Amino acid sequence: MNMAKRVEAVDVTAYYGSFKAIDSITMTIEPKSVTALIGPSGCGKSTFLRSINRMHEVTPGAKVQGKLMIDAEDIYDPRVDVTAVRRAIGMVFQRPNPFPTMSIYDNVVAGLRLNGVRKKSTLDDAAESSLRAAHLWGEVSDRLKRPGGGLSGGQQQRLCIARAIAVEPQVLLMDEPCSALDPISTLAIEDLIGELKDRYTVVIVTHNMQQAARVSDRTAFFSIESTGDPGRLVEFDDTTKIFQNPGEKKTEDYITGRFG
Amino acid sequence: MSESPMPTKVGPDPTVHSGPTLGGGAALPRAGRGLERLFRWFSTGAGVLVLVVIVAIAAFLITQAIPALRANQANFFTSTKWLPNDVAHPRFGIAALAYGTVLSAAIALVIAVPVALGIALFLSHYAPRRIATGLGFVIDLLAAVPSVIFGLWGRDYLSGPVTDLSGWLHRYLGFIPLFGSGGPYGNSILLGSIVLAIMVLPITTALCRDVFVQTPKANEEAALALGATRWEMIRTAVLPYGRPGIVAAVMLGLGRALGETIALAMTLGATFGVSIDLIQVGGNSIAANIANGFGEANATGRGALIASGLLLFAITLIVNVAARAIIFRRREFVGGQS
Ligand SMILES: Nc1ncnc2c1ncn2[C@@H]1O[C@H](COP(=O)(O)OP(=O)(O)O)[C@@H](O)[C@H]1O
Ligand SMILES: [Mg+2]
Repeated sequence: MNMAKRVEAVDVTAYYGSFKAIDSITMTIEPKSVTALIGPSGCGKSTFLRSINRMHEVTPGAKVQGKLMIDAEDIYDPRVDVTAVRRAIGMVFQRPNPFPTMSIYDNVVAGLRLNGVRKKSTLDDAAESSLRAAHLWGEVSDRLKRPGGGLSGGQQQRLCIARAIAVEPQVLLMDEPCSALDPISTLAIEDLIGELKDRYTVVIVTHNMQQAARVSDRTAFFSIESTGDPGRLVEFDDTTKIFQNPGEKKTEDYITGRFG
Repeated sequence: MSESPMPTKVGPDPTVHSGPTLGGGAALPRAGRGLERLFRWFSTGAGVLVLVVIVAIAAFLITQAIPALRANQANFFTSTKWLPNDVAHPRFGIAALAYGTVLSAAIALVIAVPVALGIALFLSHYAPRRIATGLGFVIDLLAAVPSVIFGLWGRDYLSGPVTDLSGWLHRYLGFIPLFGSGGPYGNSILLGSIVLAIMVLPITTALCRDVFVQTPKANEEAALALGATRWEMIRTAVLPYGRPGIVAAVMLGLGRALGETIALAMTLGATFGVSIDLIQVGGNSIAANIANGFGEANATGRGALIASGLLLFAITLIVNVAARAIIFRRREFVGGQS
């Protein structure tokens, strides 16, 4: 079953109360690719990422304007069920956040259970295949009933990835998934991202430019004029182009470390 | 849970701050050290004093109770009779009173806990902030109402509606032994339990709300990002996380219900019997019986009441210790998460 989908943002503007955090972001993210969002801190990378699965509006007072199409369906259409959107788009957060009271197994199948899957064999299969895809199976297969909170940080993050992909999402969003991890776990997750793009549309926020260069096919550079201004998309192109021959002076300054 | 790292700091440790952090560990000036020693003596003394007072109370109660227990011609634990004032044949037992105490508290919790959970979730996850603050304030006010007011209100106002309710329950659910009585209705376990339920509602609600608002945002967002509705998010993230806290809140509510005196003295039927029937006039509790009986009791009668009080003391102590143990376990568990 393969359902990777195209993400198309058209003039996406997002607010926290009256504060405009990102302004008119327009970009198209192709299916089965890895797209990196880079830029200085506070430029709205997380905000844009969270507007792709409508998690932005979870913050009180936050709202999104513009259109966000997942394969031609506007997810901000009032008739769209927000929970259906989130079920179709997986998310991995900056800090690993497995459900602390649940076992490893229950964490992985949590999304399936929310979808109403009760059959044990289906859950077992999904748990195994997701944990294998997340490169965690070998380490936890003998202790699936133990709490997820007992794993190391890197293992917890892979558990969260397994939980996100267990429901076979169309798009996978990752917000600095390695920023709280040690270098070895980081490498493991970067390898994993390379494999995930065979099946999913992956969007990853990172403040680590080497990481963006290593894992992504396309890179979007976001920036702000000065604090208090909304974040804007400066340049969006193939990763090799962004890093070797950027079209914008601002991008070049950021890549070469003269800014940010 | 068990293999998550334990928090290293549980509370303020006086030794950690006993010296200045700057200046290479130079000693405190003399006055500062003296003050600190004084404070340590003072706080240790206060702690010891509390223990001494508790032991003194227990010793006093036991010495008062022993003569009556010696004179008792019935089994104190199994008898349902309460005739300690009979000079020739004093006989009394705790069975009916202990049964009524536990039954009324249990029914009160059955009524109060679902309501408390509902209100607490509404306050923590559904209501807009202004309404949550206002309603929270009202609930706290409810906790400040003296129990004699609840007793008066239960006896004079609520007993009418509860009489009607009893008749209704008997008519439609009379096949259940709980509602088997054909009457008379009024001052019954049901009335006492409803009043008790209202009295334990504030503390249980407030504690549950505090537990629920502490749910880590990260866990709530994890559930929402999987496509959970708000209720599903509460079921996957909020309730499991808060379960130890809920248990503790219920146990503290139970402690309050078990010890409640005057409101039950005014709303229970003050009979001595063991019955599963909730709606017939009757019911009694240890504390209510003490309040009702102390005035007319002779020396043996007072001793008997004190003996019953000791038993109540033991029951509430166990409940409170259990509640605190659960709260403490939860603290370790939350500390291990971060
Ligand atoms: N919950 C919030 N409430 C108010 N402002 C926020 C909130 N989250 C982020 N912001 C603001 O929105 C802007 C963009 O933030 P964010 O998307 O987190 O940036 P990035 O992920 O690129 O570091 C920043 O100015 C930040 O201060
Ligand atoms: Mg961010």
